[in-house]
Amino acid sequence: MLLRLGETLDAETNRRVHACATSLRAQAPGWLVDITPAFASLTLHVDATRIGGDDPLRVAHDWLAGWRARIDDAPVDAHCIEVPVWYGNEAGPDLADVAAHAGIAIDEAIARHATGEYTVAMLGFAPGFPYLLGLDATLAMPRHVTPRKRVEAGSVGIGGAQTGIYPNAGPGGWRLIGRTPLRLFDAQRDPPSLLRAGDRVRFVAIDAAAFAAVDESLL
Amino acid sequence: MSLEVLAPGLLTSVQDMGRHAARAFGVGVGGAADGFSCRVANLLVGNPADSAALEITLHGPTLRLHRAATIALCGAMIDAQADGLALPGWRPVALPAGCTLTLGACSRGARAYLAIDGGIDVPAILGSLGTDLRSGFGGFAGRALRTGDRLGLGSPLAAIVATDAPRIVPWWIDAEPDLDLADSIVVRVLPGSDATMPADALHAQEFVVASASNRQGLRLHGAALRLADARERVSEPVVPGTVQLPQDGAPIVLLADAQTIGGYPRIGHVIAADLPRLAQRRASQRLRFVPIDRKRAERANVEQRARLARIALAIAGRRSEDRLF
Repeated sequence: MLLRLGETLDAETNRRVHACATSLRAQAPGWLVDITPAFASLTLHVDATRIGGDDPLRVAHDWLAGWRARIDDAPVDAHCIEVPVWYGNEAGPDLADVAAHAGIAIDEAIARHATGEYTVAMLGFAPGFPYLLGLDATLAMPRHVTPRKRVEAGSVGIGGAQTGIYPNAGPGGWRLIGRTPLRLFDAQRDPPSLLRAGDRVRFVAIDAAAFAAVDESLL
Repeated sequence: MSLEVLAPGLLTSVQDMGRHAARAFGVGVGGAADGFSCRVANLLVGNPADSAALEITLHGPTLRLHRAATIALCGAMIDAQADGLALPGWRPVALPAGCTLTLGACSRGARAYLAIDGGIDVPAILGSLGTDLRSGFGGFAGRALRTGDRLGLGSPLAAIVATDAPRIVPWWIDAEPDLDLADSIVVRVLPGSDATMPADALHAQEFVVASASNRQGLRLHGAALRLADARERVSEPVVPGTVQLPQDGAPIVLLADAQTIGGYPRIGHVIAADLPRLAQRRASQRLRFVPIDRKRAERANVEQRARLARIALAIAGRRSEDRLF
């Protein structure tokens, strides 16, 4: 069942999505198997066999209708996480292009990216991939027409008005401006994802040596 | 007590019924693309229906069994031999220890399922034994099988009777109507949140499955479809069965390895009961979508579960009657 709270990509609608998800998880009716929160909507995965009756989805729908009125002011279960980023050089091959596109110096582009306060709007595309809202509008840049065949794990990119982090190496079309040594996703970890939808993120600029030091400590 | 991979086949992976509680982290469901066949294969060897089995794609592996085992092959029709003896599908087969199981080409259908009594013994990750091939975790080492791999097998629930040669029972399970391996099939589709122009365009033609299809989705060729409303969409959740329409007008039906969220318009959802037959489509085969409403879709799902329950009962009865296994 799709619960659509809006049709635009804005912070307030997104906050309501996460308030809704937090509240639903707290209620957790037995037939609610899982929730997929997105930008402006969330999908409830329903096990019809645990509801029974002639029209189980109608039962779920009616339950939801009675409950929805109370969600909007529910708190969001969110954490604040600092993500160290080594900007530019081989870690961020597109940083110079992003700065040129914005008409600013490279250091200024780094400063604008690192001073932003971001919200994890959703995790998707790949496990643990955060779509972050809050990018300085001057840094917005369309993604590459032809995606790169390989983007390194931890790469921080800009795709349109959003910024995100690639958890694993693989193909990708976002403009790469830096890389974090943190592991965003590890299926063996609990929880597997460093970030959760609704969390707030700050980037902290680090240099190559600090990147290598953190990286080694994770090996 | 293991299964040794002598040749891996085209794409063979450990799968079960998938991950159902990690979508908020961006982890898709995965699991057997044809869950019906995988369940029946497990039931035939006395396993719980959601045990881990091998999903075999188009061309099968060659395997050596290092213990006596009961196996079953379901799903696609596959050329199978145990120490040179041809094996039929959809029934339990008792094999002696040391037996070499040679699985060849799928002659009809795209995916065969090999269940072994006791199941494939791999660790559960995020609630599933299945392999997430796109992200590289779960199943056996997070990847498709390779030559030289040795997979652990679980302990069978029923005692195995030692045999010197393969033993094949004279009964089998009929997969009709849940599977349809014909060249042209029909799948039932619920309306999506985005309309095509004209509204019935998805139902008005037969589509051909493109070769660029995989566990994530079937790409379909036909006359290009158009949207009624071409505005940009905000990405929303998608599920196996979602019919997406990219800009080129060629629809994609998502399968088991669907991502959790997609940005393409969604012009329909294939009902859960028809996902198994969808997962058996091969390149250049055809399919047609027919519309269905939500109530009839739910009834079709209930009926499929009822058939599975009857199959489980019939198998349990046969197994105790035959006293073979």
